[in-house]
Amino acid sequence: MPWLARQLVRLVVVLFCVTLLTYMIVNILPGDVAIVILGNLATPQDIAGLRADLGLDRPMLVRYFDWLGSALSGDLGRSYRNGEPVVQAILDRLPVSLQLMVMAQVIALGIAIPVALLSVRRPGGLFDRISASAAFGFLAMPNFMLGIVLIYLFSISFDLLPATGFTPMSEGLWDNLESMILPSLTLGLIEWTVLMRVLRSDLLTTLKEDFILLARAKGLPPWRVLLQHALRPSSFTLITILGLNIGGLIGGAVIVEQIFALPGVGRLLLGGIFNRDLILVQGTVAFIAVGFVVINFLVDMLYAVLDPRVRHVRFRS
Amino acid sequence: MSASAAKGAVAAAPRPRRRLHWTLVLPLGWLSLVVVLAITADWIGLPDPSAQELILRRKPPSLEFLLGTDNLGRDMLSRVIYGARTSLIVGICAPVLGFLVGGAIGMSAGYFRGKVDMLAVGFIDILLAFPSLVLALTFTAYLGQSLFNVTLALGILSIPAAARVARANTLAWANRDFVLAARTIGASDWRILTREILPNLLPPMFAFWLVAISVIIVAEGALSFLGLGIPAPQPSWGGMIADGREALDVAPYTALIPAAVMFATVLSLNFVGDMVRNMVDPRRSAL
Repeated sequence: MPWLARQLVRLVVVLFCVTLLTYMIVNILPGDVAIVILGNLATPQDIAGLRADLGLDRPMLVRYFDWLGSALSGDLGRSYRNGEPVVQAILDRLPVSLQLMVMAQVIALGIAIPVALLSVRRPGGLFDRISASAAFGFLAMPNFMLGIVLIYLFSISFDLLPATGFTPMSEGLWDNLESMILPSLTLGLIEWTVLMRVLRSDLLTTLKEDFILLARAKGLPPWRVLLQHALRPSSFTLITILGLNIGGLIGGAVIVEQIFALPGVGRLLLGGIFNRDLILVQGTVAFIAVGFVVINFLVDMLYAVLDPRVRHVRFRS
Repeated sequence: MSASAAKGAVAAAPRPRRRLHWTLVLPLGWLSLVVVLAITADWIGLPDPSAQELILRRKPPSLEFLLGTDNLGRDMLSRVIYGARTSLIVGICAPVLGFLVGGAIGMSAGYFRGKVDMLAVGFIDILLAFPSLVLALTFTAYLGQSLFNVTLALGILSIPAAARVARANTLAWANRDFVLAARTIGASDWRILTREILPNLLPPMFAFWLVAISVIIVAEGALSFLGLGIPAPQPSWGGMIADGREALDVAPYTALIPAAVMFATVLSLNFVGDMVRNMVDPRRSAL
């Protein structure tokens, strides 16, 4: 299947460039890594020793391929601060971040789909106008700001939910969900606006199609026309946007994990940056970027499975 | 048609009206206020935004301190206004940088096509392959924190989007008759790009620039909120929200005031940006 093969080649090339760029950012930018780690007071001997330790005296490309080789065999090095293997550190925190992003996505879709369906029943009507204004308002809210406002409302004013901290699922599902509600709401309440707008606009296009007219002519009730006939063909763009938005979601997760003190990958990355733990930062950024590229690739594939026309046109030009 | 119907409440107004609508007057008024205060901050008798007065910490808004004081007894009004200056400098300069570089890349890609296009699209794809906040964090973490470096990092991040807009529009204009005519009378590629195509790119690029400003202001806020943006004593809205978060239970206004100011500014920019985009190209207003 040449189309799939081309996409796979492209995936590999992008992955290669992304890891190379990650490596370059950490290794080429001004400031000697050894000095950054040791601080300004380090003696030249210390610095030279550490440079040899880290292999910094060798050419960068050689080091990159070394690093890539071990990365491919599942070794991203050890944290310079506490000696913990970077892969282990990431895997320990990954479930928290994934749970956060999945819950946020569920909340976003849970708001976006019903709101879009209700607003296309009477475009330009009262509900449509209110939901469009609400979407416009939420879209202007930076996630760090919404997070603070939610903490203020739900934790401080009404004392309903914990402001910070995380309870693992092993210590009770309800406690776990309670600690994840505000963080996921913070991301979901912003995300739904984009999804709703896209779905609404696609639904309006679909509703003009002949098969909808036919369904109506058969005398189907309006909600069945919407749910069974219009929703599915209108959700292609939604899926693409879901994929494209994952980048924003990852960035949002970094901020939200910091606000709510959740032990996720984003907080691991920030901790690494603040501690100047370069090997940890390099591994985490590469992991996030690779994950993001692969997810986008899978979304593209899913799109092609759902809509065969995609396979025959050059898409995303 | 469905595209224009998909707009928010603003654009949904069916009949073109000459009368100035409040959805335009309020945002423009607020933005003018922010810009004027940010420019004149030094001359309107504001207290030093970094001067600490611990005895006066966390004073609620009063006649003496119109917006109260923060955790360290610094005047909030002064900090909000100087913070506006920070936001505007980054918000205006970073997209300009992105547009100069990205615009050049996008125009060359769309005009020369072929290998240039392939390289440019590949480059854009790779920059877009990073979640942008993560890339910004990494850049500022290694470049070091300063107003200049934050602007530089966010400017680099706006390259791919600018390049896409420029490329798409160049592709659309490059095959028009007037470009063909210019080529026939022997105009050089440079002349065609700068005299024939560039003027047509400016309106969509301007509309996009307005959107970029609000995106960049939010991004700068996020970086500063995380403590990786504008370095500490210098006021920034994101940093103020982060400071206020520590005292959310005793002095919520220290976080909520900068949050409200930021929200109003971003919302106003979105209103104005939407309007300009609809004027420039009514068909592309679907998203």
